[in-house]
Amino acid sequence: MNFVRKIILIALIGCYVPSSYAEMTIEITEGIESALPISIVPFAMQGPSGVPVDVSFIVDADLGRSGYFKTLDKQSMPSRPTTAEAVQFKEWQAIGQHYLVIGQVVAEQGQYTVQFQLFDVYKGGQLMGYRIASSAADLRRTAHHISDLIFEKLTGKKGVFSGRIAYITSTRQGRQSNHKLQVSDADGFNAQTIASSVEPLMSPAWSPDGRKIAYVSFEKKSAAIYVQTLATGERTRVAEFPGINGAPSWSPDGSKLALTLSKDGSPDIYVLNLLTRSLSRLTNSFAIDTEPTWSPDGSSIVFTSDRGGKPQLYIMSSQGGQEKRLTFSGNYNAKASFSPDGRNIAMVHGNGNDYRIAVMDLASKSFNVLTDGRSDESPSFAPNGSMILYASKKGNASYLSAVSLDGKMQQKLVFDSSEIREPAWSP
Amino acid sequence: MKLNKTVVAMAISAMILSACSEDEKDASLIDGTQNAASGINDASVSGLNNGSGLSGSAMDGSGMYPNAAIGPEFSDPSNPLSKSTIYFMLDSSQVQDDFVPVIAAHAHYLVAHPGQRVVMEGHGDERGSREYNIALGEQRAKSVASMLRVQGVGDNQLDVVSYGEEKPAAFGHDEASWELNRRVELVYQGK
Repeated sequence: MNFVRKIILIALIGCYVPSSYAEMTIEITEGIESALPISIVPFAMQGPSGVPVDVSFIVDADLGRSGYFKTLDKQSMPSRPTTAEAVQFKEWQAIGQHYLVIGQVVAEQGQYTVQFQLFDVYKGGQLMGYRIASSAADLRRTAHHISDLIFEKLTGKKGVFSGRIAYITSTRQGRQSNHKLQVSDADGFNAQTIASSVEPLMSPAWSPDGRKIAYVSFEKKSAAIYVQTLATGERTRVAEFPGINGAPSWSPDGSKLALTLSKDGSPDIYVLNLLTRSLSRLTNSFAIDTEPTWSPDGSSIVFTSDRGGKPQLYIMSSQGGQEKRLTFSGNYNAKASFSPDGRNIAMVHGNGNDYRIAVMDLASKSFNVLTDGRSDESPSFAPNGSMILYASKKGNASYLSAVSLDGKMQQKLVFDSSEIREPAWSP
Repeated sequence: MKLNKTVVAMAISAMILSACSEDEKDASLIDGTQNAASGINDASVSGLNNGSGLSGSAMDGSGMYPNAAIGPEFSDPSNPLSKSTIYFMLDSSQVQDDFVPVIAAHAHYLVAHPGQRVVMEGHGDERGSREYNIALGEQRAKSVASMLRVQGVGDNQLDVVSYGEEKPAAFGHDEASWELNRRVELVYQGK
């Protein structure tokens, strides 16, 4: 029996367009039995006008949401120390806590200093301590940064709380739809629209350095691939051939895009050199070849093809050459995503009725279906490889979900008011 | 002719992304190298505008007959030209027998009007992966285009675009909606 717990955090996402904010819920649908008990004591706030962001609340939410930790609610805390001297380890031991985090946020002339300490409750000693300067605008990021530090210290894995996610949303008004490409923090806050159009936007892909996003836009009533620099908003149209211009995927060195073009007939995989703009064709079949993705070492490309009658994943050298079928389980496997270590591939796995996220170990070929939705799609690995983010639907609601590689932990991010899809976790 | 006026407004707001790096040091309180992280600042919003806003009236024929503005035969329910959507079976791009006369009527009209252009918009239902559905939608649009071509329609009259599952006609998540979404729409272009 899995230890199941539900945390619902409701908050407003701050947007820069004041009229367009949305309510978001993060729900942990499944956690792990071995979740570590940790208490994040509310940080002391010092300053004339208070602190705009509840830093300890964000740290608590991040760690709880990860599924690796079981955080203690404030009401159950025996005391609320904010300095090391005030900590009584015995009282935290008595209620089964393993770790304790305390801290202070000091405001001075519009600037903030956040300091925190992480203690091992049983050893009665400090494991980590930091003092971090932050502007008001950066306080959320500082909080996520603290979560990353604590997470890595206690699990040995890189934290992903200060990362970002890109995704597409759509809202409908009568016959008119509005599509947006948005980028938010990993917890769904600070959502910003980087492109919007009344025609569809699709397939956002982060450059390996996290500075650019490639995507497909139908804004001219036909498909084209754009590369947009996030810092400046500047964008370049890199592919606008007759027919399909789709499924951009960055090479690990950021110099090339693999993509799908149908300019020569059926959809095939091509590689576009972004510097020279030279285009080379990788596949040449009468079937559908699409959704290319590079292996993290750059040597191979995995893609979807229906050359065998049904869509399955195939692998080939990124230099071109022989194509080899990878998946044999079930009659629909598509949209591959490599784990950052290159050992696993996540995909959309269909059995005729339901489409779910599955993962395959490339060495052992072991195949696991991780989710149980009816319409799960667009898997994207977290940069530390621990979770797979994907899009899901239930009834008319759509949301983003994350599942751990072993399927034991699940969480979902629910945004109201619009359809949300195609999440991509930043590198 | 308002029919094909598109309104595309792209707003791109720029953002400043920052990388953060840290040296993790244990021991007691030390200054962590902060993510200088300007956060995200709205730098500029530029709009590309291809259209003149939502000018004009609602769609001619109130959406029932999207090509009504081309000629009266396109909104005459007894004329096969009034049908402009071809539906497909699951996972198939084969034109069903029911729609052969419809395509023949369009072929006949287009041959008689060699200056008239038409876009075949291919669509699919929501199941499965999105880019794969783009490919399926294109196959459907191309199979309609090739039937028109065989019947004498000129290549220069035909254009194909696939929207996959991105522009559903019906918004439900059931078989009834999926059937309506596996389709090719013949969209006549205004002169």
